[in-house]
Amino acid sequence: MTGAPPASVVVRELAFAYPDGHQALFGVNLRIEPGERVALLGPNGSGKTTLVLHLNGILTAGHGGVEIAGMAVDRSNVKEIRRRVGVVFQDPDDQLFMPTVRDDIAFGPANFGVRGAELAGRVDDALAAVDMAEFGDRSPLHLSGGQRRRVAVATVLACQPEVLVLDEPSSNLDPVARRELADVLLRLKGTMLMVTHDLPYALQLCQRGVVLDDGVVVADQPIRELLADADLLQRHRLELPFGFSPI
Amino acid sequence: MHRLPPEVKVVAAFLGVVCVVAVPREAFAVFGGYFLLLVAVWALARIPLGWIARRSLIELPFVVLAVLLPFAEGGARVEWLGLSLSAEGLLAGWNILIKGTLGVLTSLTLAATTPLRDMLLGMQRLHAPAILTTIATLMLRYIDVIAGEARRMRLARISRGHDPRFLWQAGATARGVGALFLRSYERGERVHLAMLSRGWTGAMPQLSDARTAPRDWIYGLTFVAAALLLTVTGFVMT
Repeated sequence: MTGAPPASVVVRELAFAYPDGHQALFGVNLRIEPGERVALLGPNGSGKTTLVLHLNGILTAGHGGVEIAGMAVDRSNVKEIRRRVGVVFQDPDDQLFMPTVRDDIAFGPANFGVRGAELAGRVDDALAAVDMAEFGDRSPLHLSGGQRRRVAVATVLACQPEVLVLDEPSSNLDPVARRELADVLLRLKGTMLMVTHDLPYALQLCQRGVVLDDGVVVADQPIRELLADADLLQRHRLELPFGFSPI
Repeated sequence: MHRLPPEVKVVAAFLGVVCVVAVPREAFAVFGGYFLLLVAVWALARIPLGWIARRSLIELPFVVLAVLLPFAEGGARVEWLGLSLSAEGLLAGWNILIKGTLGVLTSLTLAATTPLRDMLLGMQRLHAPAILTTIATLMLRYIDVIAGEARRMRLARISRGHDPRFLWQAGATARGVGALFLRSYERGERVHLAMLSRGWTGAMPQLSDARTAPRDWIYGLTFVAAALLLTVTGFVMT
């Protein structure tokens, strides 16, 4: 073993068809190094969500495979894989299901066997990391959309994942909440994969962009370069907001 | 009382109700004793009488039967204010009424001193079946989410001129309920997926491993002991 840590995510020739026969992925290759921030772009139905669900072993590969920090995803190690890959889902109401914010944040680490003072410490750290320290005893119901989104991020941070995966983090947020979430995400150190349609947000938060269309990776390059390629964007139903220039 | 661990309160309330139910119905004075015991608990916990009184109205639909019994039962009759009542029916009605009321009052006392989420925690610590506590936890969280969804769907319906005042317009409401069910079902699937992603394996993890102090058990069971004493008195009396 040399000193270099293994890649955070390695996806090799991943293909997958749903039980109803719909083929969502046709041989996806992707490698994400530790600490990298990658935006996963692509039109609706391009297979982004299917790919994300493979990263934490909810779906298992029909062909090819996924490795997280050197560990191949298979049925025997899904628990460890789910600890390593934290997925923040699009609707915080799906993610936050416990009566209080604290309980919800504790749910993940408790499932992974953390107890007592360490568990309380994890919850406090995660709350502080998303600037929600004073909201621990509230019900998620009584939080604003932006606060809920940040708590959803905290529920995953508390598991201390190797890779943070965010599904449409900026959807349904007002501009201030969107910016506050960006502040939080920019402070985080680890590897991040962000699925989004919000191209300016991708530019702000990520260094690299990967475009998925029809189940294959069609572009993988520095995000600014990618967003400047008008032809590429048009071919894959991506579009910058009116008046926005990435250069 | 409010700070007592929830599992102690759940057990005490349950045992208290068992004591009440066990007493022979003719031991009239003993029921007064239970009532005084509850009043003492309310005073200790500073629960306003009005709070209890308003909520105990929930019992009314259930005691209708008890009121009918004195008229409906056969056997020896007693005359009261010109009414001919069945002695057996009077006793049976009294039995349902007093035990039901004391049961409701005990439950209300538990509810007044224990927030719902603590109640769930208590049930979990008492090793209630995991599936039940999980369902209750999810219900507690999502009832408002689903109610909000229903509200938005209704707004969207009436914004398009729907005015469910007439019977033939009930169809749209019914379809709305169906759509709501489907939406909730899909949400359920998404919630499950999100739970799996955080390592869910089918049982709620214990979020706090605080052990219940023996002192708390003793305090809580003191009230049960008082209730038990009353029950024994009831048996001795009759």
